[in-house]
Amino acid sequence: MATQDEIKFLSNPNIGQKQQKYCRFKKFGLKHVDYKDPDFLIQFINQQGKLLPRRLTGNSLKFQRRVATAVKRARHLAMLPFVSDLLK
Amino acid sequence: MRQFEVSFIVDPVLSGDEVKSTAKIYQDILINEGASIVHVDEMGLKPLAYTINKRSTGYYYCIEFASESGSFIEKFELALKRDERIMRFLTVRLEKYAIKYNEDKRNGKIGKRTPKDAVPKKPLEYIPYQAFVPSVPTPTPAPTPAPAVVESKAIDPEMALPEKSEH
Repeated sequence: MATQDEIKFLSNPNIGQKQQKYCRFKKFGLKHVDYKDPDFLIQFINQQGKLLPRRLTGNSLKFQRRVATAVKRARHLAMLPFVSDLLK
Repeated sequence: MRQFEVSFIVDPVLSGDEVKSTAKIYQDILINEGASIVHVDEMGLKPLAYTINKRSTGYYYCIEFASESGSFIEKFELALKRDERIMRFLTVRLEKYAIKYNEDKRNGKIGKRTPKDAVPKKPLEYIPYQAFVPSVPTPTPAPTPAPAVVESKAIDPEMALPEKSEH
């Protein structure tokens, strides 16, 4: 419980603030996207198995391209579905 | 020296030995062509995301190899394509980061973050119980901490309950 001195605002000022998007590959220093790891790639596709846009994932262009190729390779090897319903 | 990686799915209808011998055939072809095999990853039987040739599972194999020039790969892929036991295959040239990634994965540096998720709750609950153990008259040497916890629970369950509710 916050004490009386700590309370400065009536409502939480962080509510409604936009969170800065970032490229997770750059942030965590990942240099390679593995196509044999479907559990990781599933973060970049939606429920229908379609690739999510950069606008939503926050990936840099370089890594979005690599994610796209990795997902396409994983689809070819039947690790990810081409089309699906209620994936995840 | 270029490094490549070929992954393929073997038909699961074959028996275990047949699957292994099929993978061995392609390793031998690679060696005959003058490539050196870096690593053979047997990923085992996995469910497919969609059916291929009316099969819903497959044996996954991944062979990493190095060779001076990839000129024989066309011939190698043709052999894979003609083989009925191989359901799918994919050959990829590895860039330097991919080679490092595969090496790290083999040495166990890349993995799932289960240890982080496994830690949080249990040790916090057990600390008060362990402090309670010395007052117990039976002098058990306590080979493992787990049985000691069970004992203390049995002696005074009422003490244990409020502690749990706090956390």
